[in-house]
Amino acid sequence: MTLNQQRKLKTILTGLFAWTVALVLFFPIFWMFITSFKTELQAISVPPSLFFEPTLDNFRIVQERSDYIHHAWNSVVTSFGSTIIALVIAIPAAYSMAFFPGKRTKDILLWMLSTKMLPAVGVLVPIYILCRDYGLLDSKTALVIIFTLMNLPIIVWMLFSYFKDLPKEILEAARMDGATPWDEVIKVVLPLSVGAISSTALLSIVLCWNEAFWSLNLTASDAAPLTAMIASYSSPEGLFWAKLSAASTLACAPIVIFGWFCQKQLVQGLTFGAVK
Amino acid sequence: MKRSITRLLMAPSVIMLLVWMIIPLSMTIYFSTIRYNLLYPGQNNFVGWMNFEFFITDPGFIPAVSNTLILLLSVLIITVVLGVMLSALIDKPFFGQGIVRVLLISPFFIMPTVNALIWKNMMMNPVYGIFAWISESLGFEPIDWLSSYPLVSIIIMVSWQWLPFAILVFVTALQSQDTEQKEAAQMDGATGWHIFRYLTIPHLARPIAVVVMIETIFLLAVFAEIFVSTGGGPGYDSTNLAYLIYNQALLQYDVGVASAGGLFAVLLANIVAFFLIRAVGKNLTV
Repeated sequence: MTLNQQRKLKTILTGLFAWTVALVLFFPIFWMFITSFKTELQAISVPPSLFFEPTLDNFRIVQERSDYIHHAWNSVVTSFGSTIIALVIAIPAAYSMAFFPGKRTKDILLWMLSTKMLPAVGVLVPIYILCRDYGLLDSKTALVIIFTLMNLPIIVWMLFSYFKDLPKEILEAARMDGATPWDEVIKVVLPLSVGAISSTALLSIVLCWNEAFWSLNLTASDAAPLTAMIASYSSPEGLFWAKLSAASTLACAPIVIFGWFCQKQLVQGLTFGAVK
Repeated sequence: MKRSITRLLMAPSVIMLLVWMIIPLSMTIYFSTIRYNLLYPGQNNFVGWMNFEFFITDPGFIPAVSNTLILLLSVLIITVVLGVMLSALIDKPFFGQGIVRVLLISPFFIMPTVNALIWKNMMMNPVYGIFAWISESLGFEPIDWLSSYPLVSIIIMVSWQWLPFAILVFVTALQSQDTEQKEAAQMDGATGWHIFRYLTIPHLARPIAVVVMIETIFLLAVFAEIFVSTGGGPGYDSTNLAYLIYNQALLQYDVGVASAGGLFAVLLANIVAFFLIRAVGKNLTV
């Protein structure tokens, strides 16, 4: 074999290996998707069947039984709402810490991250009681507030890492041209960080969409997002695999497809921009 | 002028997080010192350390603490080690790289509740699950994963969710590695292992630190997977701290003991965070 042939063979082997790993890891999702088109009998047939006549019945039943649209709307409102609020609060903070760092900036950042170390379950009871006393149980408002605070530290961190890497010269040039701090933010910093802000927003939306602890414990039916709806299918009487798969597929599809389109930005976002 | 403006810009974030931390935390501290059971209202007298004693002597306490740490460490090791190895193997371009990436990242977007349901019903079910079918096809007895190996099952589910994330971070990081350096080393006769050990691993130090930090934040609080799949059982075999406290508060209605447990969880998280931030802090320049 020549060196060139060797290299080609290596590429093919690497490719085969990568595809195998990817397909194995993806298999459970594929199987959930396939099962959602089966009848209940086909879903539990042994050996598992890969070829069958697909049916849409499960999706119809899920919509009838649990009003998918209602829960999906709750997921959309809570994840987008809290993300927007968190961004509005976090952008100024990250901006000021990145461009005008003080002696305690590092301490403040680490402290913010340490609030993420506060286990949710440790404060579940007080939050539950506060929500009960203020009539916020089973309300989207409560979830939006909690999701906002839950993701705020991570959002500040991510934006901070991006802002910090912006070339300072551009800002200085703007200042020389007589830009006020307000102009600086609106006309220079924000346009330069559209990518950063959107990847931060994406991550926040994914985390909120999939959040289960607070939505399971604080909502019943009115405000229950998709995570809570799915949990109702795990009870013994709801144990029908095909319907369960259909409900799961419906709950995950929006965010998985969303994630596929934004995976590159997400990785950068998730790593505080530390990995390029 | 600058100083006051920067403070003003930071104020909303700092104040909101302070409130978010102080109010529930002080309420939890207060609850942990009184008798507070939702089944016996009006008997909320001061009991001092009793709730802590109850929590620490609960039969589930030691399993819960060790399960929390085992879960954290196993998933960290699995995702980082496999993540580094797999990403080093698939770093070079090959056919369909884009699609492979898309497939690989997908489990990260699956909600923990659904993750648990898929694995519990479709993968690990001892009669109809894919695992049972595979082991029967190979001539082995099927394993009832959730009741025989509950903690291992949870570890598999959680690792499945986080391995793609680790792989993607590492692959992204590897793509910025200096290829000339690698080629020079190859010219000098370095083996693949040497390049991996002395060039790739050091290059990945910072991404590894990032992955460890982010995963730890989420892994200490694993709840939905346990809630949906094993319910902490059998016995306390798959109960972690989060689930034990949940159990005290919402299944046994004992807010006092649950609050004591919550404070213990805060303490444990801070101990872990202390070591973590010291280890990771060096790699995360602020």
